[in-house]
Amino acid sequence: MQKRGGVTLKRVFADLHVCLSMNDSAATLRMISKTAKLGYRLIAAPLAPETNKEEVVKLRKACNEAKIDFASRIDLQPRTTNELMVQLRRLRRKFEIISVACDNKQVARQAAKDRRVDLLSFPFLDFRRRFFDRAEAELASNSLAALEFDMKPLLVLHGPARLRQEAAIAMKFHVPIIVSSGVAIEMLLRKPRDMAALACLFGLDENSALDAVSHIAHAIVKRNREKLGSGFVAPGIHIIREGKNR
Amino acid sequence: MALQIDSDGTPSRKEFIYAVWDAIGKLYGEYGASLTSLMLIDYYMERKTAVIRTSLATVNMVKASLASITSIAGMDAAVHVLAISGTAKALEKKLNWS
Repeated sequence: MQKRGGVTLKRVFADLHVCLSMNDSAATLRMISKTAKLGYRLIAAPLAPETNKEEVVKLRKACNEAKIDFASRIDLQPRTTNELMVQLRRLRRKFEIISVACDNKQVARQAAKDRRVDLLSFPFLDFRRRFFDRAEAELASNSLAALEFDMKPLLVLHGPARLRQEAAIAMKFHVPIIVSSGVAIEMLLRKPRDMAALACLFGLDENSALDAVSHIAHAIVKRNREKLGSGFVAPGIHIIREGKNR
Repeated sequence: MALQIDSDGTPSRKEFIYAVWDAIGKLYGEYGASLTSLMLIDYYMERKTAVIRTSLATVNMVKASLASITSIAGMDAAVHVLAISGTAKALEKKLNWS
């Protein structure tokens, strides 16, 4: 629980990276009900670029039945900055969350400074391709991108990780950190507070870790839903009512 | 700390506590494990729940270790924290366990 202005607010937890199998609807329903049971109220699943609206509506309906909110997400894996720009132009208005898997430095830098990118993710165990350094953090702090940590590799892979250093850089430059599961198997799903406890392993304090699985994720989805709404003009400017031409 | 074990099979009391010690040892080492003062208080095999005791200062360490458990005695498993309380009595009250 958190107190704001004398009012006690209950944390609403979110997992922005749940892998749902679009071909197996029974498995999808099981994953959705499991996330709901574990206490999440918002999930996002990566979809293919060509996913049609009906499939998204179907997923949203299944989530609503389990009393959770659903946000559409796309994971971009561009090889060049040009490819990234083309994909962003094409897909930004189709998906609520855009994550960029940064495979090289140029893409990482471009993604960090582009305000259309929501999440930056890096290969977990390959140190040479984890480009989240001070320069990257500085660029990300001036845009809207958050750093995403998936918990799946932490649970299933063995090997050294360098997350503590990256988390420290992100916090220094006020880059928001998101902790998500990234799993496709129910058994690997964890309760949000357990995820926060895992996040504490790489140096986040308890409140920041809880924010990483709640407020920050919600803020990203809320901001993007506002932008995708029909009345949005620019940040802070909305169309309230349209007049008639005389 | 009340725990729910999520697994296909039913691990025994011994298998469960070994898995917990193993996870703590893997994440924090022998020294970290010694700080936790971990003890298994109750283990209900039929409903796959357990009650463990740990020192207050290491609650987060134990929570992280429990979250990192992916198998118990070779079976895929997950351990979820149901509730945390200062006393066993308050814990039972919280969970409506009689």
